[in-house]
Amino acid sequence: MTEVWIVIGVVGAATVALKSVGPVLLGGRPLPEHLDGVVSLLAPAVLAALVVTQLVGGDREIVLDARLVGLASAALALLLRAPLLVVVIAAAVATAAVRAVS
Amino acid sequence: MSPSRYRDGARAIAPIAIAAVTFGASFGVLARSVGIDALAATVMSATTFAGSAQFAVASILGTSGGVAAAVLAATLLNARYAPISVSVAPLFEGGRVRRLLEAQLIVDESWAVSRRADGRFDRRLLIGAGLVLYVSWVTGTALGSMGGEALGDPADLGLDAAFPALFLALLVPQVSTRRALAAALLGGTVALVLIPFVPAGVPIVAAAGACLIGWRRS
Repeated sequence: MTEVWIVIGVVGAATVALKSVGPVLLGGRPLPEHLDGVVSLLAPAVLAALVVTQLVGGDREIVLDARLVGLASAALALLLRAPLLVVVIAAAVATAAVRAVS
Repeated sequence: MSPSRYRDGARAIAPIAIAAVTFGASFGVLARSVGIDALAATVMSATTFAGSAQFAVASILGTSGGVAAAVLAATLLNARYAPISVSVAPLFEGGRVRRLLEAQLIVDESWAVSRRADGRFDRRLLIGAGLVLYVSWVTGTALGSMGGEALGDPADLGLDAAFPALFLALLVPQVSTRRALAAALLGGTVALVLIPFVPAGVPIVAAAGACLIGWRRS
């Protein structure tokens, strides 16, 4: 049990520190101008990486499963300009349906 | 900027909040199965508030991987929060303690929904969405660790596909310029190529490096 609490304490402290890097060290000031271009591209780069890792990421392997059908449904919903709620539900329902029949 | 933007953030994240409760519950169930009791699991969700890192810790401790391995894996998984927090740094005002506390509401989903169409981030959207996710995650963990198997396996409900769908929906309006599209393609490719070779978490940090194509010499 002590081991668990040590991990909780250290991981918690590390996470708090990582999330605080920007707000505590640079908070309340505009970023240096030459960083503007870099930071504005961080969102597309990281969002794309999140899509990829959440879609096919496994434990050091690419896992192709029902999530692909879910994301295809989400993409279709996006093409039809569906609201976010519909997009997310479409992905979950399609994925659940594929898993239910396979 | 009206106070209602906190509510806009909460509303924007609502579709994902249900998934967050369920995944919090499954973290609680998994944690208990490897000997992390309800109190410890709930404290971890309240203090770490980062799903993937918590799942990694539980599974590593469960396979007797040891303290060092668990801490290293969780830290690698959360390393992306350093660049992410820098991107929203100008939003946080007030004293250091206030900034530190508010910064804890930064998670992938609250950060993603806080970006407005004009490319700026919105503090109230981030805080509103972050609070909803925080309550969902901690409540889910408490329920799961106190015996919430009845909530079911999130995968059976397809909830694991809700997350890439959310990120895709938030990515699409961002790639309105050629540079942004290039950064997205590069970031996605870097992540895909690295997944088989490096510990989870590292592909996202490496992909964040794609934003350096926006570097301009001053």
